Amino acid sequence: MAAVKPKIINQKSAHRLISNENLQALLLFLLSLGLFLLFWEMGARLKLFAKGMPTASLTITELWYWITHPFYNNGPNDLGIGWNLLISLRRVAIGYTLASIIAVPLGVLVGISKIAFKAFNPYFQLLKPVSPLAWLPLGLYLFRNSELTGIFIITIASIWPTLTNTAFGVANVNPDYLDVSKTLGASRWRTIFKVIIPAALPNIISGLRISMGISWLVIVAAEMLLGTGLGYFIWNEWNNLYIPNILVAIFIIGIVGIILDQIFAYLEKLVSFGRQSS
Amino acid sequence: MNTSFTSNSPSVNPNGSASVQISLSHVSKVFWGKNGWLNKITRQTTPNFIAIEDINLDIQHNTFVSIIGPSGCGKSTLLNIIAGLSSATSGTVSINGQIVDKPGPDRGMVFQNYALMPWMTVEDNIKFAVETVYPKMPRKQQKRIIQEKIQLVGLQGAEKKHPHELSGGMRQRVGIARALAINPQILLMDEPFGALDALTRGFLQEEIERIWEKQRKTAIMITHSIDEALLLSDRIVMMTKGPAARIDKVLKVPFSRPRNRTVVENHPAYLQLKQDMENHLYRETRAVEEARIK
Ligand SMILES: Nc1ncnc2c1ncn2[C@@H]1O[C@H](COP(=O)(O)OP(=O)(O)OP(=O)(O)O)[C@@H](O)[C@H]1O
Ligand SMILES: [Mg+2]
Repeated sequence: MAAVKPKIINQKSAHRLISNENLQALLLFLLSLGLFLLFWEMGARLKLFAKGMPTASLTITELWYWITHPFYNNGPNDLGIGWNLLISLRRVAIGYTLASIIAVPLGVLVGISKIAFKAFNPYFQLLKPVSPLAWLPLGLYLFRNSELTGIFIITIASIWPTLTNTAFGVANVNPDYLDVSKTLGASRWRTIFKVIIPAALPNIISGLRISMGISWLVIVAAEMLLGTGLGYFIWNEWNNLYIPNILVAIFIIGIVGIILDQIFAYLEKLVSFGRQSS
Repeated sequence: MNTSFTSNSPSVNPNGSASVQISLSHVSKVFWGKNGWLNKITRQTTPNFIAIEDINLDIQHNTFVSIIGPSGCGKSTLLNIIAGLSSATSGTVSINGQIVDKPGPDRGMVFQNYALMPWMTVEDNIKFAVETVYPKMPRKQQKRIIQEKIQLVGLQGAEKKHPHELSGGMRQRVGIARALAINPQILLMDEPFGALDALTRGFLQEEIERIWEKQRKTAIMITHSIDEALLLSDRIVMMTKGPAARIDKVLKVPFSRPRNRTVVENHPAYLQLKQDMENHLYRETRAVEEARIK
């Protein structure tokens, strides 16, 4: 009995410490949030910031309004934020899917074949650092259509992380797995589909995750120049000089970004099987 | 130098026929250094490295052979050549009279780091091997083989687990089951228990002995453990230090089968054999250390 007791106490206190930690973090978060809102509210009321800066309470009221009335439609310049969100998400979904369909197979090819890697790497290196928005005029010229241009830009923006991560994962498959495949006499295709791709899957998913993050960053910027979507919503409110709605949109963009990222975080966990992920 | 079993020992084949199954003749392996013109310009040349030189060895059917030698002498290099994973620079490996230069399902391999696919369950890992080697076999039969091997290595109940949920010992059981599931003529093992703790190691050695008594395949095992080699092998191949490692001599292990640790350790020849091996390893390892100091 005496030997068991201290163990239980240890476990209990360790447990308490963890829950304490979370609790403390939550309290600190709420405290800082309260202080921030208070500072904002007071500053705006005392006109310490720029002229026309809305108060925190007004912004929160607006946020509540937009959240409770997401879907109404009074023409393109007065569209519920829910519609705008769906428009942005649709563009991202189409562009991102296209990019993934191109990037994953190309990444596998480039990862497997040293020749393909050497041959195509200059393109990747050259195009990767270019801001996706640089493609905007070209897209408008080519498609003469803002919808297609938006999708085009998302596609270009989200190709590179998936491509490079896939290629890296495929090129660095544990050689033991390949030896197993070889000693069994597995065909090339079987090795690629049953061994190489599953082995590289954690890398592929983290590439897809980064690509998704970039798409979400880029769509807002692109839409400012395209009409409709969350980006355009912000631009429109800027033209109306109504700052609270801009803040509301920023908040919603952030929340959706978190949700998208968490979906991929979950997928990453799903395919890791005990391997540590980056 | 020709170190052939047939030359110095009678057969251990239960049928009494001294038939050679694996034959290595004049096998050498050179790892080519970097000495192209580009390396010369950048002064980053490395010399050629002769890992093993002129290895001659005949292995008869149904023999268990251990390879022992100082660290880095080229044991893995030799085993990989037999497996067909790497090719000899000169010399030939033949199995049943046929020269082999690529891997094949006649040889099953057990890896030191298990080499299980982490995304496959225990069952799927074995299934991958069976499906690859016997794609036309009916599903039912494949299933039966997989079940059989899982039982053979004592993994019942863990079929649906993934490798990361298993202990090292359990993982290597999967590795062994996978190698046996394709019903190879020859089992190749590169330090199969090297990554395990002493206790688990002991258990698995006895397990291998039990399994081997059930289906006597020709087996080649690399090991660093003298006791392991003496418990399991019919022949022990002792290699000299590298570079240009050779076979120093081949010991014949006279213990009767089936074996068990206590009986083996009390056999009159046990201490002498152990002494011989220790002396050999000590001499070669000291030579390695001396070469390093110079
Ligand atoms: N791909 C390679 N290129 C160059 N040298 C190599 C290569 N592979 C192995 N070697 C060298 O060949 C020698 C033999 O290596 P090998 O792995 O066969 O030794 P080993 O006997 O299996 O060693 P250990 O007991 O540590 O497993 C070593 O000196 C090693 O550095
Ligand atoms: Mg080795």
